[in-house]
Amino acid sequence: MKIAIIDYGAGNIQSILFAIERIGFEAFVTNDWNLIKSADKVIFPGVGEASSAMEKLKESGLNILIPTLKQPVLGICLGMQLMCKSSEEGNTKGLNIFDVEIIKFSNEVKVPQMGWNTIYNLKSPLFKGINDNEYMYLVHSFYAPKNSNAIAYTDYETEYATALRKDNFYGVQFHPEKSGIHGEQILKNFLELPINY
Amino acid sequence: MLTKRIIPCLDIKNGRTVKGLNFLDLKDAGNPVELAKKYSETGADELVFLDISATEERRKTLANLVKEVARAINIPFTVGGGISSVEDVAILLNNGADKVSINSSAVKRPELINELATKFGSQCVVVAIDAKQIDGKWIVHLVGGKEPTVIELFDWAKEVEQRGAGEILFTSMNNDGTKNGFANEALAILSELVNIPIIASGGAGNSQHFADTFIHGKADAALAASVFHFQEIEIPDLKQFLKKENIQIRL
Repeated sequence: MKIAIIDYGAGNIQSILFAIERIGFEAFVTNDWNLIKSADKVIFPGVGEASSAMEKLKESGLNILIPTLKQPVLGICLGMQLMCKSSEEGNTKGLNIFDVEIIKFSNEVKVPQMGWNTIYNLKSPLFKGINDNEYMYLVHSFYAPKNSNAIAYTDYETEYATALRKDNFYGVQFHPEKSGIHGEQILKNFLELPINY
Repeated sequence: MLTKRIIPCLDIKNGRTVKGLNFLDLKDAGNPVELAKKYSETGADELVFLDISATEERRKTLANLVKEVARAINIPFTVGGGISSVEDVAILLNNGADKVSINSSAVKRPELINELATKFGSQCVVVAIDAKQIDGKWIVHLVGGKEPTVIELFDWAKEVEQRGAGEILFTSMNNDGTKNGFANEALAILSELVNIPIIASGGAGNSQHFADTFIHGKADAALAASVFHFQEIEIPDLKQFLKKENIQIRL
């Protein structure tokens, strides 16, 4: 199986590579259109600030490519947020795969949310073998409000969408590569999804 | 709900774990990767590696170690010690560290915090502050607590938040090594003052101390070294205890 991790200079790529290695797969890191297009699975990572990450994505034209992909695509953290319509962070226009507007937590809570929180109401083969209220590691200041693409929820200030899905596109706000054995299970589930989604 | 975090800290010298009290009588405590794995498998929520080596090779040795740790463990970890530039941080993050912790270098050149936050995001910038209460004032100290400054803890905490720190690791030098509990009064003030997470450090001696720092110190996470290394507290027991105390914890 060919697993492509999209490299656009804004991701914690090494951690994802190692996590994939630990669960017995091998991935490659690339920004090459053809390699990404021909991969069986595509992972779209991201950390840092939304508008500058989006700029980097545009530099390589990947913002055009990603929404046209037909194989399963998994956005992680900022990757998931960039797959949405927009983000309040840096007033950023996203890839509009998910019709969701990313907004900031208020000052009623500590920002960023940093640490382990539960995910629940799990609705996707992505969560095969994962119990409701399993803990995942999260680090983020902006979030996806509840919406029709939500396939999992987390509570922090409010109940929000912690995972999204539309057709072949998946996004998770938490870091499966840093969330212990249960996070690794979610990555494995993604890699084992049928290729036509 | 977001849980409180338990963070073992590993002191690293020349690529090996060392343990001792107050950086004296350092003894080899084994392979950091093995120890890190043991901690992560027994329920640590995060790990901190503090590099105290002073050799010319340190950068390369540390980068290799970070890579080995990232390969082996599946929870987040922070690396600190001697980090003073964007370049230092790039090497550590590219090798798989999730966060870096800066201390004296941030006091000497506060712009470093802005530079790191802009380049890598606030989520990976932990500012460690060592402070000592002198005549009622909490004074920031440098070089592992040896050198006093004229800066006050609460002013500095506010400033590092504004400059883009994602988290503060506060070590009370009055409490460190005493095993009499964390500096909960100062921690609670800190936690109200800034809106980023606070890691309590210095003073852990028993499980009750952790409960106290989460409840009275309002800490978001608690860090300790010796009580874990010398197996005075086992993490699974600590977490069971905290759960009984109705503290949100990941089991």
